[in-house]
Amino acid sequence: MSVIIYTENWDGKFKKLSFELVSYASEVAKMMNTSVTALSLGKVDETELIKLGKYGANKIISAENDLFSSLDSQAFASVISDVAIKENADVIIISNNNSGKAIAPRLSVRLKAGVGAGVSKLPLSIDPFIVYKRAYSGNAFAHVVIKSKVKIITLAQNSFELIEKQGNPAIEKISIPVDSSMIKTKVKDIQKQTGKILLTDADIVVSGGRGMKSPDNWPPLVELASALGAATACSRPVSDEGWRPHEEHTGQTGKIIAPNLYIAVGISGATQHLAGVSSSKYIVAINTDKDAPIFEAAQYGIVGDAMKVLPKLVEAVKEIKK
Amino acid sequence: MKILVCISNVPDTTTKIKFSEGNRSIDTTGVQWVINPWDELSLTRALELKDDPSGGIKSVTVAHAGPPSSEPTIRKALAIGADDAIRINIESADSYMIAAQLAEVIKKEQFDIILCGIESSDFNGSLVGGMIAEFLGVPSVSAVSGIKMENGSPVITREIDGGKELVSVPTPFVAVVQKGIAKEPRIAAMRGIMMARTKPVKVYEAVAAGSLTEINLFEKPVPRSACKFIDAENVAQLIDLLQNEAKVI
Repeated sequence: MSVIIYTENWDGKFKKLSFELVSYASEVAKMMNTSVTALSLGKVDETELIKLGKYGANKIISAENDLFSSLDSQAFASVISDVAIKENADVIIISNNNSGKAIAPRLSVRLKAGVGAGVSKLPLSIDPFIVYKRAYSGNAFAHVVIKSKVKIITLAQNSFELIEKQGNPAIEKISIPVDSSMIKTKVKDIQKQTGKILLTDADIVVSGGRGMKSPDNWPPLVELASALGAATACSRPVSDEGWRPHEEHTGQTGKIIAPNLYIAVGISGATQHLAGVSSSKYIVAINTDKDAPIFEAAQYGIVGDAMKVLPKLVEAVKEIKK
Repeated sequence: MKILVCISNVPDTTTKIKFSEGNRSIDTTGVQWVINPWDELSLTRALELKDDPSGGIKSVTVAHAGPPSSEPTIRKALAIGADDAIRINIESADSYMIAAQLAEVIKKEQFDIILCGIESSDFNGSLVGGMIAEFLGVPSVSAVSGIKMENGSPVITREIDGGKELVSVPTPFVAVVQKGIAKEPRIAAMRGIMMARTKPVKVYEAVAAGSLTEINLFEKPVPRSACKFIDAENVAQLIDLLQNEAKVI
């Protein structure tokens, strides 16, 4: 019996969400009186692998192979399920990010294992195994009973605090017999922006809506984001109008995010927008209309014109960052 | 090539969700049912691809696993422009059961490109597409924000952290699509609505397949505390609260 996690790497490095995953798995393992094994696919240095131990991984299995440098969900699911069987895993935990969403359903079918998808809390109970997840796009939460012997959890990003542990994990290097014919996904081109804080990774997000009135009005919003070390986002009308790139659209049909702080500027707060941001720990709303529904979702509000408020906020943030 | 678009029947996104039967299921009184928003965008893109005769797309079929009461949503998809439809007669239990049903039918009917929305707006699982692919033993590409035909082969845009990739996979495959796949959902025209009445809907009986999960309780989100208003002339107070009260900056 064990808990196994798949820890994705980004060019050989882990991210905060990797450590969230280990911290979470370590607590689940404690509930089940068992240990955590982390599986890493692709080239990751030992100094990086060892970091997983700091958050509670008892054992780390590393399979270095160049074929794992980009995602092929079929091949990845096959490798992860083989390792899970070998390790006699009862619970498999993966991040609910792009690759987790690609891999988990395939693993589910291979192992006939039920999935709790987008889970945001520790299991409510182990026997029966009940997990807590978002439903109806944030308008509800569901208690999901996983009935199968093997259980899969995909963990919502930024839903679990990091917990540091004293750990000295064993690292086991394995070689997996994969050949290029197994990799069906051929990557023809990659376009990557570097040096930008990713919306899904950001602790703070500053987001603009139609109340910003024009794409020319964005500089103070971007300046506030950069002063706070935040990512920028926008509402659907703004991305539909082409004022901002569609990658910035947060909301039900865009990105679903859960930062510690979400600052909504000139966003009225339609249900569909809130569906994408309601898991944020704190919401600040800045809007000229004091009756806008965004103020019902926010803990802090300023009724006022964004163009006047934003420069003052930038000044105030710079003051405390001095 | 033949495209299949899997559609889910969900409450309209503006529905105020209420629960019944001891909070075990949703109260459907007065609920407007619609095609899941991402599935509607998949259907739109499938029809755009078929509209271009050089792309080699012969037909666009929609498939839905659900009871007879979901027929209006299937007719809506036909009115938007799908050529025909498949309904698998089943009460939805969980993603695994639904994917098993759809995979059985796909084996019989054979499609080259299978499109599924990234998630349904009710259970937010993001599971059915990948599960279908695994049941069929075919490739799947997730986080797809674009698909086009180049010399008769599909080329897929896949979102990755901080960027995108252009990828290809051999057919048949499942593409799990999200924002960006089509600009606006296509709307049914009057002619389409008339034609939809006579388009074929093939009904399959469900095959035996168990579920692996069940929902035993729904909860409403905990309401947030009332908003604290800060004077627009005194924004430094907001920064102070964020730093010392909320402790988030």
